[in-house]
Amino acid sequence: MNRNDITAVLIEELAGIAPESDASRLDPNAELREELDIDSMDFLNLVTALSDRLKIDIPELDYPNLATFGHAVDYLVQRLGAAA
Amino acid sequence: MPSLGADMEAGTLVEWLKRPGDRVKRGDIVAVVETQKGAIEVDIFEEGVIERWLVEPGTTVPVGTPLALIAGGEPATVAAGEEVPAIATSTPAPAVPAFVSPLLEPRTGVGRRRVSPAARRSAAERGIALDGLIGSGPEGAILHADVERAAAAPRRAVPKRLDLAEMRRAIAAAMARSKREIPHYYLSTTIELTRCLTWLETTNSTRPPAQRLLLAALLLKAVARALGEAPEFNGFFTAEGFQSGTGIHVGTAIAIRGGGLIAPAIRDADQLSLEKLMARLRDLVARARSGALRSSELSDPTITVTNLGERSVETVFGVIYPPQVALVGFGMPVGRPWVAGGQVVARRVMTATLAADHRASDGHRGALFLADIDRRLQSPEKL
Repeated sequence: MNRNDITAVLIEELAGIAPESDASRLDPNAELREELDIDSMDFLNLVTALSDRLKIDIPELDYPNLATFGHAVDYLVQRLGAAA
Repeated sequence: MPSLGADMEAGTLVEWLKRPGDRVKRGDIVAVVETQKGAIEVDIFEEGVIERWLVEPGTTVPVGTPLALIAGGEPATVAAGEEVPAIATSTPAPAVPAFVSPLLEPRTGVGRRRVSPAARRSAAERGIALDGLIGSGPEGAILHADVERAAAAPRRAVPKRLDLAEMRRAIAAAMARSKREIPHYYLSTTIELTRCLTWLETTNSTRPPAQRLLLAALLLKAVARALGEAPEFNGFFTAEGFQSGTGIHVGTAIAIRGGGLIAPAIRDADQLSLEKLMARLRDLVARARSGALRSSELSDPTITVTNLGERSVETVFGVIYPPQVALVGFGMPVGRPWVAGGQVVARRVMTATLAADHRASDGHRGALFLADIDRRLQSPEKL
């Protein structure tokens, strides 16, 4: 799974949580929680979905790495690399 | 038609999920109704056999209208009684097309349908109405495969999006009544969160995401347990005065994306483990946002808890949801200077507020209740 695939997965999961927003047009540097009006339950659902789909563990301590879209992609790429 | 809130006057029957002849028991979901709060699944309180429907899908009827006749079980059935004329029979199913399952669409053909014997037998076994099916055989004859397909199809169409304008009207009616009738009093306290947050961090560090807990679960549990000692905040105020609830069913305020709010109940929240409570909360939030709550979840709450969450403000002054008598509000956790052991230290704290009905309780009892919630949150491992 390459960077593009991971980006697509993230966009898909964000769209599931915030259906009315267009996740593919997100500013990569904007705070996801602000941009998409995500609360802690939404965020937990996002982490759950990503960890299920990508088969990686995302510890709570790493949550800050998912703060923006750009950082989240970087983090997931790195996590998957480490898992491979 | 069940009342799903003090403000609800009528509802539209969207779909029957059981059929005459079906045996039903308490808790079974028998129908879907469309209300100001979106599509709600009606669960039944009685046991018996459904004798017949009294209301057709697409019909809007006032609250209290019998929807069906249930035979057997207790004589006092929820649905027994006279047939009540419907308000808007002139607008059948098309009023809510998104909800109507293919099996319940109005008949289009005239006269007998051609049905293969195997299809007829299979449909009878599975309780599927033949006249709702689309036949793929010659001259539209219904074949066994058509019945198989219908049986495999999901029983419910995808719920349509919540009507936020309707929901706003429902909130307006309930809150106007609250401000008109309920003499509110307000109390506030600051709760130190170190123990809760440390305990959550440790607990969640060994759990996969699907099993992690949120602070909200601890807050709900603390309120539910404290209510066990403070029954005057758990129940309803009606014409007969205050009546204590027959269980602790915590209404949990859930914000709807795009605006709107709904507070369905987590039943017997005081009896649930944190894991179960968290699972219920997750399920409830998902269903509230997709518009798939059950009628009992909207009529059951004996108190409401509102939790502002992490991107918010410090304090909420709640408006009680009638006929309830109390609302507990939690603000956003914030870092603040705190005095511990004679030293000023940086700590995460949260404001907890109580809005309560002076007809049912006094500030002194309210203060004890709020302090008890704080005390319980200082021992999260015991929640």
